[in-house]
Amino acid sequence: MHALIQAIILGILTGGVYALMASGQTLIFGVMKVVNLAQGALVVLGAYLTYSLFTSLGIDPFLSILITTPILFAVGVGVQWVLLRPLHGDDIGQLSLLVTFAVALGLEGALSFVYGATLTNVQPTYANFSWTVLGYQISLVRLVAFVLSLVMLGVLYLILQRTKFGRSVRATVQNPMSAQLLGVNSQRVSALGFGLGAATAAAAGSVFGMLNSFNPGSHYDLISRLLTIVVLGGLGSIGGSVVAALVMGVGSSVVSALASPIWSDFTFFIVLLLVLLIRPRGLFGAKTRGSL
Amino acid sequence: MKRMITRAGLIRAGVFFALLIIVPILGGPVWLLNLLIFTVMYAALSSSWNLLGGLAGYPSLGHVAFFGIGAYAFALTFSGSVGDGYSPFLVLPVIGIAVGLLSLPIGWVSMRTRADVFAIVTITFLFITQTLAFNLTKITGGAQGASVAAPPFDPATYDWPFYYAMIVLLAIAMGISFYFSRSKIGLSLSTVRADEDKAHGVGVRVTAVKLIAFAVSAGMVAMVGGVWAYYIGFIYPQFAVDPLITIGMVLMAFLGGRGTLWGPVLGSFILVPAQQFFAQSFGASQLYLLAYAAVFLVIMLFLPRGILPSISDRLRRRRAAALGAARDAEAHTADAVTPEEVKA
Repeated sequence: MHALIQAIILGILTGGVYALMASGQTLIFGVMKVVNLAQGALVVLGAYLTYSLFTSLGIDPFLSILITTPILFAVGVGVQWVLLRPLHGDDIGQLSLLVTFAVALGLEGALSFVYGATLTNVQPTYANFSWTVLGYQISLVRLVAFVLSLVMLGVLYLILQRTKFGRSVRATVQNPMSAQLLGVNSQRVSALGFGLGAATAAAAGSVFGMLNSFNPGSHYDLISRLLTIVVLGGLGSIGGSVVAALVMGVGSSVVSALASPIWSDFTFFIVLLLVLLIRPRGLFGAKTRGSL
Repeated sequence: MKRMITRAGLIRAGVFFALLIIVPILGGPVWLLNLLIFTVMYAALSSSWNLLGGLAGYPSLGHVAFFGIGAYAFALTFSGSVGDGYSPFLVLPVIGIAVGLLSLPIGWVSMRTRADVFAIVTITFLFITQTLAFNLTKITGGAQGASVAAPPFDPATYDWPFYYAMIVLLAIAMGISFYFSRSKIGLSLSTVRADEDKAHGVGVRVTAVKLIAFAVSAGMVAMVGGVWAYYIGFIYPQFAVDPLITIGMVLMAFLGGRGTLWGPVLGSFILVPAQQFFAQSFGASQLYLLAYAAVFLVIMLFLPRGILPSISDRLRRRRAAALGAARDAEAHTADAVTPEEVKA
């Protein structure tokens, strides 16, 4: 029982971080109908940026988010503007999917070139600090990461609900054509939306770098989990992806504690299979695809 | 669009395969044969992928899973002894059919989704297979890998049997692709690609044809995987179920032209040598990944429909332009004639 509750606590805290990564991906899908296979690579890029800032300049990993977020935002805008915007034709969905895969490969190649393929992680002095509450361990980094993810999700929510940009994004998600007729510059919204989605990878990357050992190839692990979360939550639903991330976080952590860590990834895939069998559009997926 | 057996088509296929067959006999250098084995392998993989991804419009990103399953099936069957070395090739069809059957439930589940989601689901299937290959250590040997017994081939012509096996598989894959394009199956698949709901509405048996395409394509890929395992001799999960192989298949079909007979072949004969060149000139550094990604992006941005469709499009446009010019000229003479008629 103790192990189970400990696993659930751990799962919720981890799930929060996944929620942050997945919400970025969902936002990108919602705005542009692009499944961003580079989201995992962007998270790894964020982790390496944090690593560099920490080891060479001694900047605290949590503080470095303030620096990495604008960088990843710029990367996201750049990818959209240079590589995705020129695509056109009938199967633009397939093409953009493959383009984001190419971006992931390119990032992996560039990161391997700069940092090599050995596993590293970001180890601030408080990395292994944890509290014991009622006999349960709560690690400082995980708790701060969880809270930080909630804050970032809150900011994302406010941006979408309360700003003019957010209104244009939601309008574009609902009906790109009408939005454009009403004066929304859809190219700009797409670019900013992609940038915003990529920017969530900065915070997620810093945290990921503190919690896990990683190398440039780690994005494959990440993207397979993220895709499961996004499909489970229903493509395009940010709320859905948050719930799905928490479900998956708890699920895999429980399996890892009660069975074996090597099978924890498998819970993701089993859940995905069940979702497809029972409800292919996901938990919160709207009937018409891509509502936010 | 029933495709006819034309003399030009037969000659093209005949010359192509004759050239492939003759290379080792003429005694090309070892590196050339080695390069050709991988080129033909990718041509066969890409042509098989094309049966589903090109003809039916279901872009599977998980086909390397079947490649890995075929490779492991072969390695586990022949870990002890391969006899005279030739009999294992005869077991390949069994592996192909078994994997084809195994793929049916997978295809059925994953093809409940379409386009983007289908791509996601199949890529997840790739990761499932890779995790299994790593974790089922009792069967696959996990990260330690699995080995195939070495065949007693003459060292001078050691590569030949693998090379010819790959050629046979390519011929079969192209044969199936050609057969599909001439048959009701191919017609049904192209209606699925164009508009699946309407196709279903007018009575096309969409699920059946999709499953046929999925199973045939998976079985073919598995057989190629078997030959690959035999040739390599030692397989590891990260190489047998490598996302780069999946991307290779997709990219080559995209480059040459999806849904065409020769597109995947053309794509492979351009990209595999290029890939080897990158790997050689950038050595062990990961820069070749970067170069690969760059080629990938260039293809997607500048040749999104592939080489063959772009060329045939241009030809058709030129022909249409010529026709249009002729018609204009005709109309002009007709105009010129009318006043005279009026006068008369």
